[in-house]
Amino acid sequence: MLKKAHYIILGFVVLLVLALLQLPGGSASKLKLAIGGLFLPLFGLSNSTHQWLGQTRESLVPRRELLRQLDQLRRDNETLKLRLAQDAQFENENARLRSQVAWARQTRWRLKLARVIARDPASWWRSVEIDLGARDGLRPNLAVLTSDGLVGRVQSVGQSRSQVILLGDPNLRVAAKVVSPGRTNSETGIITVISTAPQEEGMIDLALLSGASTVVPGQSVVTWGEGGVFPADIAIGTIVDKQARDYGLATEARVKLAAHLGALEEVWVMLP
Amino acid sequence: MKWRPTMLVLAAAFVAVFLESSCGFFRNLLGAQIDVLPALMVYTALTLGFTSIVLLAVCGGLWFDSLSLNPPGASVLPLLLLGLLIYRSRDLLLRELVFAQVVLGAAAGAAQPLGTLFILLNKGQAPLLGWFSLWQWLVMAAGCAAVTPLFFQLFDRLRRALEYQPVTQTSFRTDREIKRGRA
Repeated sequence: MLKKAHYIILGFVVLLVLALLQLPGGSASKLKLAIGGLFLPLFGLSNSTHQWLGQTRESLVPRRELLRQLDQLRRDNETLKLRLAQDAQFENENARLRSQVAWARQTRWRLKLARVIARDPASWWRSVEIDLGARDGLRPNLAVLTSDGLVGRVQSVGQSRSQVILLGDPNLRVAAKVVSPGRTNSETGIITVISTAPQEEGMIDLALLSGASTVVPGQSVVTWGEGGVFPADIAIGTIVDKQARDYGLATEARVKLAAHLGALEEVWVMLP
Repeated sequence: MKWRPTMLVLAAAFVAVFLESSCGFFRNLLGAQIDVLPALMVYTALTLGFTSIVLLAVCGGLWFDSLSLNPPGASVLPLLLLGLLIYRSRDLLLRELVFAQVVLGAAAGAAQPLGTLFILLNKGQAPLLGWFSLWQWLVMAAGCAAVTPLFFQLFDRLRRALEYQPVTQTSFRTDREIKRGRA
Protein backbone atom coordinates (compact mmCIF):
# COMPACT_ATOMS: atom_id res chain seq x y z
CA MET A 1 0.00 0.00 0.00
CA LEU A 2 2.91 2.37 0.68
CA LYS A 3 4.78 3.62 -2.37
CA LYS A 4 8.43 4.56 -2.76
CA ALA A 5 7.62 8.26 -2.38
CA HIS A 6 5.86 7.49 0.88
CA TYR A 7 8.95 5.80 2.28
CA ILE A 8 11.05 8.85 1.32
CA ILE A 9 8.59 11.17 3.11
CA LEU A 10 8.59 8.88 6.14
CA GLY A 11 12.38 8.85 6.26
CA PHE A 12 12.44 12.64 6.05
CA VAL A 13 9.87 13.01 8.86
CA VAL A 14 11.73 10.55 11.12
CA LEU A 15 15.03 12.38 10.52
CA LEU A 16 13.33 15.72 11.24
CA VAL A 17 11.88 14.44 14.51
CA LEU A 18 15.21 12.94 15.58
CA ALA A 19 16.89 16.28 14.86
CA LEU A 20 14.21 18.09 16.89
CA LEU A 21 14.67 15.69 19.80
CA GLN A 22 18.41 16.39 19.79
CA LEU A 23 18.00 20.18 19.93
CA PRO A 24 19.75 21.80 22.92
CA GLY A 25 17.50 23.12 25.71
CA GLY A 26 17.58 26.79 24.70
CA SER A 27 16.81 26.17 21.02
CA ALA A 28 14.09 23.66 21.89
CA SER A 29 12.42 26.20 24.22
CA LYS A 30 12.57 28.92 21.55
CA LEU A 31 11.10 26.58 18.94
CA LYS A 32 8.30 25.54 21.30
CA LEU A 33 7.50 29.14 22.17
CA ALA A 34 7.43 30.01 18.44
CA ILE A 35 5.07 27.13 17.62
CA GLY A 36 2.97 27.84 20.72
CA GLY A 37 2.64 31.44 19.49
CA LEU A 38 0.13 30.12 16.96
CA PHE A 39 -2.28 29.66 19.85
CA LEU A 40 -2.09 33.31 20.95
CA PRO A 41 -5.25 34.38 19.06
CA LEU A 42 -7.19 31.57 20.74
CA PHE A 43 -5.76 32.47 24.15
CA GLY A 44 -6.74 36.11 23.50
CA LEU A 45 -10.23 35.03 22.53
CA SER A 46 -10.53 32.87 25.63
CA ASN A 47 -9.30 35.76 27.80
CA SER A 48 -11.81 38.18 26.25
CA THR A 49 -14.63 35.67 26.76
CA HIS A 50 -13.65 35.25 30.41
CA GLN A 51 -13.61 39.02 30.89
CA TRP A 52 -16.95 39.43 29.18
CA LEU A 53 -18.49 36.70 31.31
CA GLY A 54 -17.02 38.30 34.43
CA GLN A 55 -18.45 41.70 33.48
CA THR A 56 -21.84 40.17 32.76
CA ARG A 57 -21.81 38.41 36.13
CA GLU A 58 -20.81 41.65 37.87
CA SER A 59 -23.60 43.57 36.18
CA LEU A 60 -26.09 41.09 37.64
CA VAL A 61 -24.99 41.66 41.26
CA PRO A 62 -27.71 43.59 43.15
CA ARG A 63 -26.95 47.15 44.26
CA ARG A 64 -27.52 46.27 47.93
CA GLU A 65 -24.83 43.55 47.74
CA LEU A 66 -22.41 45.96 46.05
CA LEU A 67 -22.97 48.57 48.78
CA ARG A 68 -22.40 45.93 51.46
CA GLN A 69 -19.14 44.84 49.81
CA LEU A 70 -18.05 48.49 49.47
CA ASP A 71 -18.66 49.06 53.15
CA GLN A 72 -16.68 45.92 54.03
CA LEU A 73 -13.80 46.98 51.79
CA ARG A 74 -13.72 50.45 53.40
CA ARG A 75 -13.43 48.86 56.84
CA ASP A 76 -10.71 46.45 55.62
CA ASN A 77 -8.88 49.39 54.08
CA GLU A 78 -8.89 51.29 57.38
CA THR A 79 -7.55 48.25 59.25
CA LEU A 80 -4.83 47.67 56.65
CA LYS A 81 -3.81 51.36 56.78
CA LEU A 82 -3.33 51.08 60.53
CA ARG A 83 -1.28 47.87 60.11
CA LEU A 84 0.80 49.52 57.38
CA ALA A 85 1.62 52.43 59.68
CA GLN A 86 2.62 49.98 62.42
CA ASP A 87 4.68 47.93 59.92
CA ALA A 88 6.50 51.08 58.83
CA GLN A 89 7.59 51.61 62.43
CA PHE A 90 8.75 47.97 62.66
CA GLU A 91 10.61 48.35 59.36
CA ASN A 92 12.45 51.44 60.61
CA GLU A 93 13.33 49.70 63.85
CA ASN A 94 14.44 46.58 61.94
CA ALA A 95 16.64 48.65 59.61
CA ARG A 96 18.19 50.51 62.58
CA LEU A 97 18.98 47.26 64.42
CA ARG A 98 20.35 45.64 61.27
CA SER A 99 22.67 48.58 60.69
CA GLN A 100 23.86 48.36 64.30
CA VAL A 101 24.90 44.71 63.93
CA ALA A 102 26.02 45.23 60.29
CA TRP A 103 23.47 42.84 58.76
CA ALA A 104 22.49 43.23 55.12
CA ARG A 105 19.27 45.15 54.68
CA GLN A 106 16.37 43.12 53.34
CA THR A 107 14.80 44.34 50.15
CA ARG A 108 11.08 44.33 49.39
CA TRP A 109 9.76 41.79 46.88
CA ARG A 110 9.08 43.20 43.43
CA LEU A 111 6.05 41.34 42.19
CA LYS A 112 4.21 41.36 38.88
CA LEU A 113 0.75 39.91 38.43
CA ALA A 114 0.32 37.36 35.62
CA ARG A 115 -2.68 35.51 34.32
CA VAL A 116 -2.52 31.74 33.76
CA ILE A 117 -3.51 31.16 30.14
CA ALA A 118 -2.86 27.43 29.69
CA ARG A 119 -1.98 24.25 31.52
CA ASP A 120 0.25 21.41 30.36
CA PRO A 121 -1.89 19.11 28.18
CA ALA A 122 0.28 16.10 29.12
CA SER A 123 -0.68 14.29 32.30
CA TRP A 124 2.93 13.53 33.29
CA TRP A 125 4.11 17.14 33.70
CA ARG A 126 2.99 19.97 35.98
CA SER A 127 3.38 23.29 34.20
CA VAL A 128 1.35 26.34 33.18
CA GLU A 129 1.75 29.19 30.72
CA ILE A 130 1.41 32.80 31.90
CA ASP A 131 0.77 35.97 29.93
CA LEU A 132 3.99 37.76 30.88
CA GLY A 133 7.23 37.48 28.94
CA ALA A 134 10.61 39.03 28.28
CA ARG A 135 9.04 42.39 27.41
CA ASP A 136 7.64 42.50 30.97
CA GLY A 137 11.07 41.90 32.48
CA LEU A 138 10.78 38.16 33.07
CA ARG A 139 13.69 35.77 32.77
CA PRO A 140 14.13 32.07 33.57
CA ASN A 141 14.30 30.84 37.18
CA LEU A 142 12.18 33.58 38.77
CA ALA A 143 9.99 32.47 41.65
CA VAL A 144 6.21 32.34 41.04
CA LEU A 145 3.75 32.51 43.93
CA THR A 146 0.25 33.36 45.01
CA SER A 147 -0.87 35.13 48.17
CA ASP A 148 -1.12 31.65 49.76
CA GLY A 149 2.39 30.48 48.97
CA LEU A 150 4.96 29.25 46.46
CA VAL A 151 3.71 27.91 43.13
CA GLY A 152 6.82 27.21 41.05
CA ARG A 153 9.47 28.88 38.93
CA VAL A 154 9.73 30.32 35.43
CA GLN A 155 11.17 27.72 33.06
CA SER A 156 11.31 29.45 29.67
CA VAL A 157 10.47 32.96 28.57
CA GLY A 158 9.02 34.13 25.28
CA GLN A 159 8.34 37.68 24.19
CA SER A 160 4.84 37.86 25.63
CA ARG A 161 4.34 34.60 27.55
CA SER A 162 6.33 32.23 29.73
CA GLN A 163 6.22 28.65 30.89
CA VAL A 164 6.14 28.01 34.64
CA ILE A 165 7.04 24.66 36.24
CA LEU A 166 4.79 23.93 39.21
CA LEU A 167 5.66 22.33 42.53
CA GLY A 168 5.37 18.56 42.17
CA ASP A 169 6.93 18.43 38.70
CA PRO A 170 10.03 16.21 38.53
CA ASN A 171 12.01 19.11 37.02
CA LEU A 172 11.51 21.31 40.08
CA ARG A 173 13.25 20.71 43.38
CA VAL A 174 13.05 23.25 46.15
CA ALA A 175 15.24 23.45 49.23
CA ALA A 176 12.82 23.81 52.12
CA LYS A 177 12.94 24.13 55.89
CA VAL A 178 10.43 23.21 58.54
CA VAL A 179 9.60 26.10 60.83
CA SER A 180 9.84 25.08 64.48
CA PRO A 181 8.52 27.76 66.84
CA GLY A 182 10.98 28.58 69.60
CA ARG A 183 13.93 26.89 67.86
CA THR A 184 16.70 28.70 66.03
CA ASN A 185 17.88 25.73 63.91
CA SER A 186 15.31 24.39 61.46
CA GLU A 187 15.18 20.99 59.83
CA THR A 188 15.82 21.11 56.09
CA GLY A 189 14.84 18.89 53.20
CA ILE A 190 14.04 18.91 49.49
CA ILE A 191 10.59 19.30 48.01
CA THR A 192 10.26 16.58 45.37
CA VAL A 193 7.61 15.06 43.14
CA ILE A 194 4.09 14.12 44.11
CA SER A 195 3.96 10.47 45.12
CA THR A 196 0.27 10.39 45.98
CA ALA A 197 -2.81 9.86 43.84
CA PRO A 198 -3.74 12.59 41.36
CA GLN A 199 -6.92 13.30 43.32
CA GLU A 200 -4.66 14.58 46.10
CA GLU A 201 -3.08 17.24 43.91
CA GLY A 202 -2.42 19.52 46.85
CA MET A 203 0.05 17.08 48.40
CA ILE A 204 3.78 17.01 47.88
CA ASP A 205 6.76 15.16 49.38
CA LEU A 206 9.48 16.68 51.53
CA ALA A 207 12.40 14.29 51.22
CA LEU A 208 15.90 14.03 52.65
CA LEU A 209 14.95 14.98 56.19
CA SER A 210 17.32 13.45 58.72
CA GLY A 211 16.56 10.02 60.15
CA ALA A 212 16.11 11.53 63.60
CA SER A 213 13.68 14.13 62.32
CA THR A 214 11.29 15.56 64.88
CA VAL A 215 8.85 17.19 62.48
CA VAL A 216 5.24 16.87 63.50
CA PRO A 217 1.99 17.34 61.58
CA GLY A 218 0.88 20.94 61.41
CA GLN A 219 4.34 22.50 61.21
CA SER A 220 4.88 25.05 58.45
CA VAL A 221 7.27 24.44 55.56
CA VAL A 222 8.92 27.43 53.89
CA THR A 223 11.66 27.94 51.31
CA TRP A 224 15.15 27.66 52.73
CA GLY A 225 16.73 30.28 50.51
CA GLU A 226 19.75 28.21 49.54
CA GLY A 227 20.39 27.62 45.85
CA GLY A 228 19.86 31.13 44.54
CA VAL A 229 16.46 30.61 42.88
CA PHE A 230 13.92 31.03 45.67
CA PRO A 231 14.27 33.68 48.38
CA ALA A 232 13.99 32.40 51.94
CA ASP A 233 10.75 32.15 53.92
CA ILE A 234 8.14 31.85 51.16
CA ALA A 235 5.34 29.64 52.47
CA ILE A 236 5.12 26.20 50.85
CA GLY A 237 2.66 24.32 53.05
CA THR A 238 2.19 22.35 56.25
CA ILE A 239 3.38 18.88 57.30
CA VAL A 240 0.64 16.22 57.11
CA ASP A 241 2.51 13.07 58.14
CA LYS A 242 5.95 11.47 57.93
CA GLN A 243 7.52 8.06 57.46
CA ALA A 244 11.00 6.61 57.76
CA ARG A 245 12.97 5.87 54.56
CA ASP A 246 16.13 3.92 53.79
CA TYR A 247 15.97 1.76 56.94
CA GLY A 248 15.51 4.78 59.17
CA LEU A 249 18.45 6.73 57.78
CA ALA A 250 16.16 9.37 56.30
CA THR A 251 12.63 10.66 56.82
CA GLU A 252 10.10 11.70 54.21
CA ALA A 253 7.14 13.90 55.06
CA ARG A 254 3.99 14.67 53.10
CA VAL A 255 3.23 18.35 52.82
CA LYS A 256 -0.14 19.94 52.12
CA LEU A 257 0.57 22.80 49.74
CA ALA A 258 -0.52 26.28 50.78
CA ALA A 259 -1.34 27.30 47.20
CA HIS A 260 -4.10 25.46 45.34
CA LEU A 261 -2.33 24.48 42.11
CA GLY A 262 -5.42 22.97 40.52
CA ALA A 263 -7.29 26.28 40.40
CA LEU A 264 -4.60 28.77 39.46
CA GLU A 265 -5.96 31.77 37.59
CA GLU A 266 -3.56 34.55 38.57
CA VAL A 267 -0.05 34.30 39.98
CA TRP A 268 2.67 36.73 41.08
CA VAL A 269 6.10 36.59 39.49
CA MET A 270 8.92 37.74 41.77
CA LEU A 271 11.16 40.05 39.76
CA PRO A 272 14.87 40.36 40.61
CA MET B 1 -4.84 14.19 -1.20
CA LYS B 2 -8.24 15.57 -0.29
CA TRP B 3 -7.44 19.05 0.96
CA ARG B 4 -10.75 20.00 2.50
CA PRO B 5 -11.13 17.05 4.91
CA THR B 6 -7.42 17.23 5.73
CA MET B 7 -7.72 20.92 6.64
CA LEU B 8 -10.80 20.12 8.71
CA VAL B 9 -8.92 17.44 10.66
CA LEU B 10 -5.92 19.75 11.17
CA ALA B 11 -8.19 22.56 12.39
CA ALA B 12 -9.86 20.12 14.77
CA ALA B 13 -6.45 19.01 16.07
CA PHE B 14 -5.43 22.65 16.63
CA VAL B 15 -8.61 23.45 18.57
CA ALA B 16 -8.37 20.16 20.48
CA VAL B 17 -4.83 20.91 21.68
CA PHE B 18 -5.92 24.41 22.71
CA LEU B 19 -8.91 23.04 24.64
CA GLU B 20 -6.78 20.36 26.31
CA SER B 21 -4.47 23.06 27.65
CA SER B 22 -7.09 25.65 28.58
CA CYS B 23 -9.91 23.50 30.01
CA GLY B 24 -9.08 21.69 33.22
CA PHE B 25 -12.46 20.02 33.70
CA PHE B 26 -11.38 16.41 33.11
CA ARG B 27 -8.04 16.97 34.82
CA ASN B 28 -9.74 18.28 37.97
CA LEU B 29 -12.49 15.65 37.86
CA LEU B 30 -10.54 12.52 36.91
CA GLY B 31 -6.92 13.45 37.59
CA ALA B 32 -5.89 13.06 33.95
CA GLN B 33 -6.25 15.07 30.77
CA ILE B 34 -7.80 13.25 27.81
CA ASP B 35 -5.80 13.62 24.61
CA VAL B 36 -8.01 13.35 21.54
CA LEU B 37 -5.24 13.42 18.92
CA PRO B 38 -5.09 9.57 18.77
CA ALA B 39 -8.85 9.49 18.09
CA LEU B 40 -8.38 12.01 15.27
CA MET B 41 -5.56 9.85 13.92
CA VAL B 42 -7.85 6.79 13.88
CA TYR B 43 -10.37 8.73 11.79
CA THR B 44 -7.67 10.11 9.48
CA ALA B 45 -6.01 6.74 8.94
CA LEU B 46 -9.31 5.01 8.14
CA THR B 47 -10.71 7.78 5.94
CA LEU B 48 -8.01 9.95 4.41
CA GLY B 49 -4.65 9.31 2.76
CA PHE B 50 -1.00 8.99 3.64
CA THR B 51 -0.21 12.72 3.40
CA SER B 52 -3.05 13.57 5.78
CA ILE B 53 -1.66 11.09 8.31
CA VAL B 54 1.83 12.60 8.11
CA LEU B 55 0.47 16.16 8.36
CA LEU B 56 -1.68 15.34 11.39
CA ALA B 57 1.18 13.53 13.15
CA VAL B 58 3.69 16.35 12.55
CA CYS B 59 1.39 19.34 13.14
CA GLY B 60 -0.67 17.80 15.95
CA GLY B 61 2.40 16.42 17.71
CA LEU B 62 4.34 19.69 17.51
CA TRP B 63 1.33 21.75 18.66
CA PHE B 64 0.84 19.42 21.61
CA ASP B 65 4.53 19.50 22.57
CA SER B 66 4.71 23.29 22.24
CA LEU B 67 2.27 23.75 25.14
CA SER B 68 3.80 20.96 27.19
CA LEU B 69 7.13 20.31 28.89
CA ASN B 70 7.69 17.50 26.35
CA PRO B 71 10.72 18.08 24.12
CA PRO B 72 9.54 19.16 20.63
CA GLY B 73 8.79 16.12 18.49
CA ALA B 74 8.19 13.65 21.34
CA SER B 75 4.54 13.14 20.37
CA VAL B 76 5.08 13.07 16.60
CA LEU B 77 6.55 9.58 16.11
CA PRO B 78 3.98 7.68 18.23
CA LEU B 79 1.14 9.42 16.36
CA LEU B 80 2.76 8.69 13.00
CA LEU B 81 3.34 5.04 13.86
CA LEU B 82 -0.23 4.70 15.06
CA GLY B 83 -1.59 6.23 11.86
CA LEU B 84 0.55 4.05 9.61
CA LEU B 85 -0.36 0.84 11.42
CA ILE B 86 -4.08 1.55 10.99
CA TYR B 87 -3.58 2.79 7.42
CA ARG B 88 -1.80 -0.42 6.41
CA SER B 89 -4.60 -2.63 7.63
CA ARG B 90 -7.56 -0.37 6.93
CA ASP B 91 -8.93 -2.68 4.23
CA LEU B 92 -9.44 -5.30 6.93
CA LEU B 93 -11.09 -2.96 9.43
CA LEU B 94 -14.82 -2.39 9.49
CA ARG B 95 -14.79 1.37 9.46
CA GLU B 96 -18.54 1.84 9.73
CA LEU B 97 -18.97 -0.28 12.88
CA VAL B 98 -19.18 1.75 16.10
CA PHE B 99 -17.70 -1.16 18.03
CA ALA B 100 -14.63 -1.18 15.78
CA GLN B 101 -14.30 2.59 16.18
CA VAL B 102 -14.46 2.30 19.98
CA VAL B 103 -11.89 -0.50 20.12
CA LEU B 104 -9.53 1.31 17.79
CA GLY B 105 -9.97 4.55 19.74
CA ALA B 106 -9.19 2.80 23.04
CA ALA B 107 -6.14 1.07 21.56
CA ALA B 108 -4.88 4.33 20.06
CA GLY B 109 -5.55 6.28 23.28
CA ALA B 110 -3.60 3.66 25.23
CA ALA B 111 -0.72 3.32 22.77
CA GLN B 112 -0.03 7.02 22.15
CA PRO B 113 0.98 7.99 25.74
CA LEU B 114 3.05 4.81 26.05
CA GLY B 115 4.96 5.70 22.88
CA THR B 116 5.57 9.25 24.06
CA LEU B 117 6.71 8.06 27.49
CA PHE B 118 9.06 5.57 25.82
CA ILE B 119 10.69 8.43 23.89
CA LEU B 120 10.85 10.67 26.98
CA LEU B 121 12.48 7.97 29.12
CA ASN B 122 14.96 7.14 26.36
CA LYS B 123 15.84 10.82 26.13
CA GLY B 124 16.73 10.84 29.83
CA GLN B 125 13.69 12.84 30.94
CA ALA B 126 11.97 11.99 34.21
CA PRO B 127 8.21 12.39 33.75
CA LEU B 128 5.86 12.16 36.71
CA LEU B 129 5.14 8.41 36.93
CA GLY B 130 3.71 6.29 39.73
CA TRP B 131 0.84 3.98 40.48
CA PHE B 132 -1.61 6.76 39.69
CA SER B 133 -0.20 6.80 36.11
CA LEU B 134 -2.07 3.53 35.54
CA TRP B 135 -5.33 5.31 36.39
CA GLN B 136 -4.41 8.23 34.12
CA TRP B 137 -3.60 5.78 31.31
CA LEU B 138 -6.99 4.08 31.68
CA VAL B 139 -8.76 7.45 31.68
CA MET B 140 -6.93 8.49 28.51
CA ALA B 141 -7.77 5.21 26.75
CA ALA B 142 -11.43 5.34 27.83
CA GLY B 143 -11.71 9.01 26.84
CA CYS B 144 -10.30 8.30 23.40
CA ALA B 145 -12.62 5.31 22.99
CA ALA B 146 -15.62 7.50 23.79
CA VAL B 147 -14.58 10.33 21.50
CA THR B 148 -13.64 8.29 18.39
CA PRO B 149 -17.21 7.39 17.24
CA LEU B 150 -18.22 11.02 17.79
CA PHE B 151 -15.41 12.17 15.49
CA PHE B 152 -16.51 9.68 12.84
CA GLN B 153 -20.08 10.98 12.95
CA LEU B 154 -19.05 14.64 13.01
CA PHE B 155 -16.46 14.51 10.24
CA ASP B 156 -18.53 12.23 8.02
CA ARG B 157 -21.39 14.71 8.26
CA LEU B 158 -19.07 17.62 7.55
CA ARG B 159 -17.60 15.79 4.58
CA ARG B 160 -21.06 15.10 3.19
CA ALA B 161 -21.98 18.75 3.67
CA LEU B 162 -18.84 20.18 2.13
CA GLU B 163 -17.93 17.72 -0.61
CA TYR B 164 -19.55 17.29 -3.99
CA GLN B 165 -22.03 14.45 -3.88
CA PRO B 166 -22.66 12.77 -7.25
CA VAL B 167 -26.31 12.63 -8.19
CA THR B 168 -27.54 9.07 -8.05
CA GLN B 169 -29.50 8.00 -11.13
CA THR B 170 -32.52 5.80 -10.71
CA SER B 171 -33.19 2.88 -13.01
CA PHE B 172 -36.65 4.23 -13.79
CA ARG B 173 -37.09 5.33 -17.39
CA THR B 174 -40.37 6.62 -18.79
CA ASP B 175 -39.79 5.02 -22.21
CA ARG B 176 -39.47 1.63 -20.61
CA GLU B 177 -42.59 1.89 -18.51
CA ILE B 178 -44.68 -1.22 -18.62
CA LYS B 179 -48.23 -0.32 -19.27
CA ARG B 180 -50.69 -2.80 -18.00
CA GLY B 181 -54.23 -3.25 -19.14
CA ARG B 182 -55.67 -3.14 -22.61
CA ALA B 183 -54.66 -0.38 -24.92
